[in-house]
Amino acid sequence: MIPASGLVILQIIIILALSPLISGIIKKAKAFFQIRKGPSIFQPYYDMAKLLQKDSVVSQNVSWIFHAAPIISFAAVLTAGLLIPIYITQLPFGFAGDLIAVVYLFALARFFTALASLDAGSSFGGMGGSREMFVAAMVEPALMLAIFAVALNVGSTNLSYISQTIAGMGIDAISPYQILAFVALFIIAIAETGRIPVDNPSTHLELTMIHEAMILEYSGKQLVIVELGAMAKQLLVFSLLANIFFPWGIASANSGIATIAFALVFYILKIVIIGITMVAVETSTAKWRLFRLPELLSVSLMLSFLSLVAFIIVKGG
Amino acid sequence: MSVNYLFFGIIAFYLIGAASAVILNKKDAICAYVSFLSAAMASLLGIIFSISIIFGDTFSYALSGGYLKFGFFIDRLSAFFILVISICVFAVSIYSTGYVREYFGKKNIGYLGFLYNIFIISMILVASADNAVMFLIVWELMSVVSYFLVVYEHEKPGTRKAGFIYIVMTHIGTGFILVSFLIFVGTSGSYNFETFAAAGKSMTPLLKDLAFIFALIGFGTKAGIVPLHIWLPYAHPEAPSNVSALMSGVMIKIAIFMIIRVSFDFLGASQAWWGYVVLALGTISAILGILYAVVESDIKRMLAFSSIENIGIILIGIGASMIFFAAGKPLLSAIAAIAALYHLLNHSIFKGLLFMGAGSILFSTHTKNIEDLGGLIKKMPKSAILILMGVLSICALPPFSGFISEWLTFQSLLLGFNLNNTFPMIILSISAAVLALTGALAAFCFLKFFGIGFLALPRSKHAEHAKEANTPMLIGMGIFASLSLLLGILPFYVLPLLEKIAASFTGNLDSFTFSNFGTFAIASGTTSLSTPAILGLVFIFMFGLSAIIFLIGRKRQPVYETWGCGQPVSTSRNEYTATAFSKPVQMWFKNLYRPARETETTYSTSPYLKESIKFESRIEQVIELHLYNPIVDFVMTTTRKAKIIQTGSIHAYLGYIFGTLVILFIFVIAGGNT
Repeated sequence: MIPASGLVILQIIIILALSPLISGIIKKAKAFFQIRKGPSIFQPYYDMAKLLQKDSVVSQNVSWIFHAAPIISFAAVLTAGLLIPIYITQLPFGFAGDLIAVVYLFALARFFTALASLDAGSSFGGMGGSREMFVAAMVEPALMLAIFAVALNVGSTNLSYISQTIAGMGIDAISPYQILAFVALFIIAIAETGRIPVDNPSTHLELTMIHEAMILEYSGKQLVIVELGAMAKQLLVFSLLANIFFPWGIASANSGIATIAFALVFYILKIVIIGITMVAVETSTAKWRLFRLPELLSVSLMLSFLSLVAFIIVKGG
Repeated sequence: MSVNYLFFGIIAFYLIGAASAVILNKKDAICAYVSFLSAAMASLLGIIFSISIIFGDTFSYALSGGYLKFGFFIDRLSAFFILVISICVFAVSIYSTGYVREYFGKKNIGYLGFLYNIFIISMILVASADNAVMFLIVWELMSVVSYFLVVYEHEKPGTRKAGFIYIVMTHIGTGFILVSFLIFVGTSGSYNFETFAAAGKSMTPLLKDLAFIFALIGFGTKAGIVPLHIWLPYAHPEAPSNVSALMSGVMIKIAIFMIIRVSFDFLGASQAWWGYVVLALGTISAILGILYAVVESDIKRMLAFSSIENIGIILIGIGASMIFFAAGKPLLSAIAAIAALYHLLNHSIFKGLLFMGAGSILFSTHTKNIEDLGGLIKKMPKSAILILMGVLSICALPPFSGFISEWLTFQSLLLGFNLNNTFPMIILSISAAVLALTGALAAFCFLKFFGIGFLALPRSKHAEHAKEANTPMLIGMGIFASLSLLLGILPFYVLPLLEKIAASFTGNLDSFTFSNFGTFAIASGTTSLSTPAILGLVFIFMFGLSAIIFLIGRKRQPVYETWGCGQPVSTSRNEYTATAFSKPVQMWFKNLYRPARETETTYSTSPYLKESIKFESRIEQVIELHLYNPIVDFVMTTTRKAKIIQTGSIHAYLGYIFGTLVILFIFVIAGGNT
């Protein structure tokens, strides 16, 4: 048995330590699909170490928002991280918020990043902020319906409770409505993590970038926080997918150290698989025009809705 | 109960405020202080009085005998609204003492102070009237006084038109209310509200439906429900900002109070379809309100549209509550009602704050156009922080107040699954999806407001010379800003109070369970929320992170120009504009907005050298254009046709009178024969 404080600290460490690695693995896998060699999977760590040694050039136009935004965003993402089951259910801070709270904490992070994008007075920033909020607005209804579909199946929006119940169901958890909800949430995850076809994380072309345009003015240490925050958010979105739909192997807060260690390995495996699936989608599609995105996200909306309807039909209303 | 007679103290203080405003109207400064601080004093008494009613007994008082009986009846529901009015009035009155300095020497402060106090009295009396006749009198008083407040700056173009639309719409609403009340009177034979409740039970279903629909249209007009909202985006922006804060913060909520009163207390919320109608209207108001707010560049108009959105969110809660109540689930009904009441309280506060903020911007820059602002965070740093708190609250971001009430609204929609019935499940989920879209668009809208208005470089001379708001204005906004945060992190103080109020019409008392760290959970559920814990965690991470950043890595922060692809572009002309910022939404919903744009380019010597480009873009107000304009056209053409008989000659009119008399005689004689 590990004390609650230990579990909390462990969870924070895992999120911070693992998220750059997952980004590295995704980049490597992408290179593999594109028949390139690609950088080492540890490249994100090297990049951050390098950035820490650089000056943080700050625009002359900015206010305190620009300096505070990365910190607030990062803190919001980490707080969300304590509400999401990573390798254990019955989280010590599970009482503090549910899936809807997680969505709103991500919204808080996004709000400040987008606010900071307008602070330097550059058109790039404004464009990025506007597009980011636009994509978020399209994602939100689909996301809420997907949450409803999941919550309906389990009878709660509490994430620990969802993971525990689905894990307890075993193979029975695989049902038409769960599959539909998963696909819907997978599309949402593409948008939330800023990947192709919604956004291209490796572009610096003003016509295509969303997230990169927002953070264009950041450099040095501040950029490290922004980047790490984005990577942590990506990890958490993947964790949501993993532990809402495939929570099998997850430990409980009362489990022994061996079970927890096993759960951790299992978790990393699940995240890597989801990451590689994401890469497969990313390499097989081209980036979509911004104004075609409503089509993609209405597909997600429809799937969530179908999931709800399927549940009502299967369970007899 | 001696505390109950505080009620007359409250009225007396407002009357003193009104009277002193008239007496002192030659001395601007003293007049402002006496009349507004008297209102603030009265509102403090109002807070004490209403809380003592909520935790104590109802208060009723018959004023006099005679033919028309006037009396007051204040139960928990009315007390809650008096509480909301009083909280708002307190902060707004303090703000007003500073805000009206703008009008010193230009406008009559006594006139404003008088109307302001009378307006508040009328709202309190509306919430406490115990019979239909008195209600309609004070309701009319509220409408007329608020009309005079809207046209306070009548010399400005557009204000009179706004006032005219407002007074016409509000009277159409009053007409419907009158009909609804007459249906009750027809059954009960009395104008007393007490007898209405009994009549509501014995009426035929058809009469019940009619009474409900007429009341919904009548009060819905005042609340600003789509499609009855058209006066709101005209009237609220034209009124002085302190009055806008009260109109948006409180007056439109009074209509919500009456919708609850009529549908629950008078009619027993017996029909499920009433709930669906309210839910549908709420959902449509929420989404359309915010869609028009997003593309608006006038900050006060944007806030007015956002009020329509928030009224929609409140009605979603009330609609859900009615659906659950009709289905015989008082617990769920109480939770949904609490979500609505919580949002109502929150909206009064953050919208009051934002209107006061808009007032401060207007005060110091003399413009409401967001495209002319920018960089205000450096010129008005204190106002900026307070307004940002309002913005975070209205965007429902944790741990601010809007988050709690939206979270509760989502949870109550999710509770629809306990009904075990396909139709409500589907309807409530769709409503939740639309609400989610509304929330995201609200974030878009207010990000634009704060980001374009306050950050980066000033876009005009107005914004360049902006000054910080004066102290009373900052105090007024500060009260609301702190309340926005407190209502977010202390839900365990607010919820027990709301439980009592919701219990007064849904009959279910214990809707929530409370535990450590300010956690509250929905009774008999597994979902809990603790905003203090969330706030604590965010703070711990923020401090930890700041400490780490401070300690490690390179510390140099050279200041340089904003990146512009190597070109010197650090001027306000290169900034992103508000119109451009909201363009994606405009493109997304172009079928609704039907944007029209005109570009005019003048060339100098050759077609390759442009001299100037003029760009104009407009959007359509669909409802105004396709619903109201045909009605107005019809009325105008019929009256124009009726003009034929208006010859203007006295002989003709005498002839008409004679003719009418003859026809009436024939009618009476013929009638007498049969």
